[in-house]
Amino acid sequence: MTWSESEIAALVEPDRVHRKAYVDPEIFDLEMERIFERLWIYIGHESQVKNPGDYYLARVGRQPMMMTRDWNGEINVLYNRCPHRGAQICSARKGNAGKLFRCSYHAWMFELDGRLESVPGAKGYEGTRFDMSSPDFHIRKAPRADNYRGFWFASLAEDGPDLKTHLGRAGLALDQLVDRSPDGEIEVVGDCFHMIQQSNWKLFLENQIDASHPGATHESTGAAARSVENEMKKDGKQPPMSYGFLSDFVRHGIDGWDKFGTTGLPQGHCTLEGYMGLRPDDPDTNEYVERMYASYGEEKAEEILGVDLHHVLLYPCNSVQPPLQQLRTIRPIGPDRTLSEIWHFRLKGAPEAIYQRSLAYYYLVNSPSTMVNADDLFNWWKCQHGLESNAIEWVSFHRNAGQDTEEGGIMYSAPSSMSELPMRSMMHAWRDYMTANGAGA
Amino acid sequence: MGEAAEKLAAGDRFSSAKVSIETQLAVERFLYRQAEILDEKRWDEWLTLFAEDGHYWMPVSEDQEDGEGVPNIFWENLDMMTMRIRRNNHPQAHSQAPENRLCHVVSNVIVESEDPNGDVVVRSRFHCAEYLRYDIRNFTGKYRHYLKKTAEGYRIALQRVDLVNREGPYEYVIQWWL
Repeated sequence: MTWSESEIAALVEPDRVHRKAYVDPEIFDLEMERIFERLWIYIGHESQVKNPGDYYLARVGRQPMMMTRDWNGEINVLYNRCPHRGAQICSARKGNAGKLFRCSYHAWMFELDGRLESVPGAKGYEGTRFDMSSPDFHIRKAPRADNYRGFWFASLAEDGPDLKTHLGRAGLALDQLVDRSPDGEIEVVGDCFHMIQQSNWKLFLENQIDASHPGATHESTGAAARSVENEMKKDGKQPPMSYGFLSDFVRHGIDGWDKFGTTGLPQGHCTLEGYMGLRPDDPDTNEYVERMYASYGEEKAEEILGVDLHHVLLYPCNSVQPPLQQLRTIRPIGPDRTLSEIWHFRLKGAPEAIYQRSLAYYYLVNSPSTMVNADDLFNWWKCQHGLESNAIEWVSFHRNAGQDTEEGGIMYSAPSSMSELPMRSMMHAWRDYMTANGAGA
Repeated sequence: MGEAAEKLAAGDRFSSAKVSIETQLAVERFLYRQAEILDEKRWDEWLTLFAEDGHYWMPVSEDQEDGEGVPNIFWENLDMMTMRIRRNNHPQAHSQAPENRLCHVVSNVIVESEDPNGDVVVRSRFHCAEYLRYDIRNFTGKYRHYLKKTAEGYRIALQRVDLVNREGPYEYVIQWWL
């Protein structure tokens, strides 16, 4: 079928969403066109391309893109496609192109900002419509590329709100990633982890800010971590703080997650309040706080450290965990297939122990051997299969529906609830992007 | 850097030691037994294969020299291994329903060095099929073991596992050691 705008709009009700939003291939194509190839999509951090010639590939919707640093030190976001016969310019995920890009097929040469530098056999083009100076023969640039504090995004739409407007209040997530560094600077650690989710991209986003799932989904991991912690204590050993990241899952039980509020922003961004208590009174933390005081002054440092957010979703593609310097990006491949890139940053100027703490989280939660996401990915896969069934047409987001409150354009979850507000909020934004309301977004 | 990581970093990973047939056999038997223990899920025995401060390590890149302080695919001591065993065997470990199965073949066993006290560094290759969710996926790569000789036989001070596809992407989480 071809989806009309009213048919798409009818998939989203105030408290439930039709399963076809997750499984229909045509809906997926429309999402790529109207959401991923229109909104601001994360490309990468500037520290991934430190030197001239460095490049890094990133998929935006269905488009193969790359971030490059040119000889003026500027960052460019280009389509990874030769204007001649269509070959990819770069095939490795990352690397350094040297002085110029050279297409491997016929040796067309390009500047690092995409301008055509030379073609072999130039004589043969005389008298043809080929024109060195025409953008048709340059590596095409993303219509819009911009960065927010070193995080680069591209929008494949010529018009629309600028990056800062799109991020709005959710830009706080990226501010937090940078401001938590006593030097006000961060850099990526190594390469990212790449995981395939055999499920729809929206299931990932919904899970990230779902406070009602950890106690149930991660019970086995929480229980195992707690039993090891208890045994270590009995043997007079101090369990690493990171084990507590896991035993938290059982400490709060299944119902005890109503202490952590959620918000929804009009652009589809969402937040979930922190629960991990990352500011213990220990020498490492205290030294870190002292360095923050020295850099920012006590008042400003406390303002930065006082923000306690577990996850911030930057719709439609990022999940950011500011207190632990992690950032995940999703790159949808099909309705039931999503690539995730999981990045980790180092706070410059922070004590090594603070880095080690976030590294431990990166390992336990985000590595390819994680005992935590193993359960999540499995659930999403099960959801994807369940949603293929037409036995029940709707996905329920009824918890605390109608009890959300609004202030200054932000939706807040009902107090002491594990409200499904973020899911409702995201899907309402989805409906607007997918229909006429979103045409200008 | 820990002593075991230093040992592997300092070793020549293309060298081959002239060891006795007895040593070669004892090392091979140890590696085969480890693979069997893993495939048969004999977890109590798995834990006894490692020295008290031993680690199982799967780095993210070939040039990584240490598991400490950097991202890894696996970097686990006995406490972490105990946690993983308990978690995967917990009744609510739904990602183990259906339970996965592993099947290893270990080969190309080359003893790289042998110390006067009998400790060895040994390289080998493995292929491992995983049956998961009624489907098979394959892992292959190389092992490098630093084995310490004790009265009870060899104990793993450090096992390094370099997958050929270490950069991923991974179709699903690797739930057990490979």
